[in-house]
Amino acid sequence: MTLGQQILQQLINGIALGSVYALIALGYTMVYGIIRLINFAHGEVFMIGAFVGYFAITLFKFSFIPALIFAMLFCSLLGIIMERLAYKPLREAPRIAALMTAVGLSIFFQNLMVYLKWVGASPKAFPRVIEITRYEIMENVYLTSDKILTLGVALALMLALQYVVHKTKMGRAMRAVSQDKDAAQLMGINVDTTISFTFALGSALAAAGGILYAVSYGKIIYNMGTMPGLKAFVSAVLGGIGSIPGAVAGGMLLGIVENAVSAAGMSMLRDAVAFAILILILLIKPTGLLGKNTREKV
Amino acid sequence: MPVPVLETKDLTIRFGGLTAVMDLNIHLDEGELVGLIGPNGAGKTTVFNMLTGVYKPSAGTISFCGELLCSAEHSVPPSQISIKGIARTFQNIRLFKELSVLDNVKIAYHQHVKYGLATSFFHIGKYAAEEKEIEKKAIDLLQLFGLENKKNEQAKNLPYGEQRRLEIARALATRPKLLLLDEPAAGMNPQETQNLMELIRFIREEFDLTILLIEHDMSLVMGVCERIYVLDYGRVIAQGSPAEIRTNPKVIEAYLGSEGIA
Amino acid sequence: MKKSTIINLIFVLAIGIALHLLRKAGFINGYYDHILTKICMFIIAAVSLNLINGICGQFSLGHAGFMAVGAYIAAIFTKNPGLIIPEAIAGMPRFFVALIIGGLMAAFVGFLVGLPTLRLRGDYLAITTLGFGEIIRVLLLNWKFVGGASGYFGIKPYANFLSVYVLAVITVFIIQNFITSSYGRACIAIREDEMAAETMGIHTTKYKIIAFVLAAFFAGIAGGIYAHLMQAIMPRDFSFLVSVDILLMVVLGGLGSTSGSIMAAIFLTLVTESLRRFQSLRVIIYSLMLIFIMIFRPQGLLGGQELSVSMLKEKIKLLFGRIKPEKGYASTNGTE
Ligand SMILES: Nc1ncnc2c1ncn2[C@@H]1O[C@H](COP(=O)(O)OP(=O)(O)OP(=O)(O)O)[C@@H](O)[C@H]1O
Ligand SMILES: [Mg+2]
Repeated sequence: MTLGQQILQQLINGIALGSVYALIALGYTMVYGIIRLINFAHGEVFMIGAFVGYFAITLFKFSFIPALIFAMLFCSLLGIIMERLAYKPLREAPRIAALMTAVGLSIFFQNLMVYLKWVGASPKAFPRVIEITRYEIMENVYLTSDKILTLGVALALMLALQYVVHKTKMGRAMRAVSQDKDAAQLMGINVDTTISFTFALGSALAAAGGILYAVSYGKIIYNMGTMPGLKAFVSAVLGGIGSIPGAVAGGMLLGIVENAVSAAGMSMLRDAVAFAILILILLIKPTGLLGKNTREKV
Repeated sequence: MPVPVLETKDLTIRFGGLTAVMDLNIHLDEGELVGLIGPNGAGKTTVFNMLTGVYKPSAGTISFCGELLCSAEHSVPPSQISIKGIARTFQNIRLFKELSVLDNVKIAYHQHVKYGLATSFFHIGKYAAEEKEIEKKAIDLLQLFGLENKKNEQAKNLPYGEQRRLEIARALATRPKLLLLDEPAAGMNPQETQNLMELIRFIREEFDLTILLIEHDMSLVMGVCERIYVLDYGRVIAQGSPAEIRTNPKVIEAYLGSEGIA
Repeated sequence: MKKSTIINLIFVLAIGIALHLLRKAGFINGYYDHILTKICMFIIAAVSLNLINGICGQFSLGHAGFMAVGAYIAAIFTKNPGLIIPEAIAGMPRFFVALIIGGLMAAFVGFLVGLPTLRLRGDYLAITTLGFGEIIRVLLLNWKFVGGASGYFGIKPYANFLSVYVLAVITVFIIQNFITSSYGRACIAIREDEMAAETMGIHTTKYKIIAFVLAAFFAGIAGGIYAHLMQAIMPRDFSFLVSVDILLMVVLGGLGSTSGSIMAAIFLTLVTESLRRFQSLRVIIYSLMLIFIMIFRPQGLLGGQELSVSMLKEKIKLLFGRIKPEKGYASTNGTE
């Protein structure tokens, strides 16, 4: 295998992983964009999405796509409930209050899963939803069917999101509210509904991310959301928090870098790399790659 | 010729496509009380934000007492500017709302505190004397503003006019040479405005201040200011004495669209 | 020093002596002795976290990470007699030196983590410290010298009740002094309105870093105590959940209230001990508590007041209806 082939192979692997980060990062970035909150529980929505998919397939005998849609719907609802019950009462409170609530929700969901008899603390094998076949797209460079599935679903969802945000009334409302909540309200936009919708959208994407992640790793566990959640947040910051294309670019980039680090034989440091990137980006360009420089009005 | 306290050269700032302030050239001599007026959205507050380091100018320079303070290439954090001697109030009052009136003023004294960090851990040496001194100075200041009997109240519980006065007191506690007041009379009744006018004249003498004042209340501006700059769409369209400004056709036109001049 | 400070100190000293005598007389058995020591350790952790989260208004989630740094560093120094500190310094003195080195190391790490994040407005500190806590754990898991995942064993039990009680008193004394000084007021100003504080000449980044590093230092001390109390430490002792436990102490006691943090540390340590066998249920309860306090009683159970001996006295006098209270309480927390 030549170096060129190796690089190409790792690039493919990196993009597949990165597309999952991107899906989660989209939720972070949209919620942050609209209510300036780091929703720490977002990684748990990702995890719950994977579990709902698991039960849909094993218990209800759904096939892959219906299970995916079911999990996305379930998590949308969860996102809306979470927002209404926990975050909405704190919208005018100091930011630290909402952040703490988010942390509380995050560990609540994790430990609730441990507590539930049919989930528990030990990992579960995620059912094979697709026959793993390897296609040699170039000499020594392979694409596996699960990666195609991941990339395909992620891409389709990103396009759908693009459509929703730019071509629908709700999308326009989302953009308006994230610019200026009060002005949007005056223009007759229902701010509450828009925020709920944003949570629903972000949570659905996270659920999809969770299932795709489960498909490639074959295992699910109650704390599976922590690290991907953290990394997705780093992706969002890397791309410029609040920016939708930024979240996608950041996710891909992080996936690629992480894969490169693993391929270079330093997989132990894989998790540390995301952290190093976060520190670096905050030092060099805190607005991220595609973020805009906004100044607080005084 | 004496060095002006404040001088800006071609000061410009853009927000994306909007040029909020364009080629601003103003100067304030020692002890002057100058007004900065203009219709809503003219860029007055933005000028203050550049002067205090809150916004970085896109072009141009600001000099303070003959020294280059900041420019497009060289930005200085607001705290540094405060320490150099420029203090301000905010258009939409930014007191430390949950804290007591006294603490609001004490906090502004912090830049002059004479004991070090280590002393603060153990409350030894100069600590007690210095804290007493800070408290005394803060109370003296509150007394000038008629707020000493409310020193233990939370700032947010003061009536509006008193909050405005407290903000000025807090700014003075930093011991500035130049004081920037952003619409200090906003929301006050005529009587309060009248008192404020006297207060502003008084503190200028008492503290040897140079003052730049943004105000919509024309009676106040015309009453206290020696000189006035008029800003419209980010540019200075007129300057001169109150009498000159009152009769300047450009100014009248700029204001006709909005509220008319008093 | 103010008279009230001295009264408080005497009061605290009296409690310490009383507890010590009870131990000596055999009224407190080994198990409770252990718990009392643990309480003192959590007081150090909670009071220091309150400094950054409650006083300075920044949101740190990495306290367990700083404790881990302090714990491992201090343990390395007491377990390796010749290391850097001369061998002549042994036993308890070595423990104290090791604690301080552990604290300094945690403070240094805190500085490195805080520098890029604290100069930015917004919530980057939360996510950075959360990430930092995870990374520390990963690094420790892979560090063979301190036993990796299986843990670092054979640490001498230097952390006895008396020494840790004294350390807790010193910590509270220093932090509370800092809070009530002009530097503390600067930090509170940052919490209230960062922009206004900056315009008043407060170098906000500098003070955020000072508070954060100070908090990290004392977290490191708490970690060092933990190591020499448990005698064995492993990376999972310093998981994110520990940071959340300490966070809950600060929140329950009322953000910004030192005495509240102390009371909550005592209360929650006891609760944690009694629910030891129901780990996930306990965490569920704690997380719900965190959420409900934030939504329904953000000022904490004590309502953001500082308790002190003189205030208790006033309250008691009030109870018996003889004298009306004249003066308001501490002005920085005056929500009467
Ligand atoms: N941070 C910012 N980002 C984008 N635009 C800004 C920002 N700050 C000010 N502006 C714009 O600059 C222009 C000038 O605003 P500024 O607040 O300086 O006006 P002003 O003269 O103080 O008006 P008013 O009398 O209403 O206070 C406005 O169009 C405003 O929207
Ligand atoms: Mg203005």
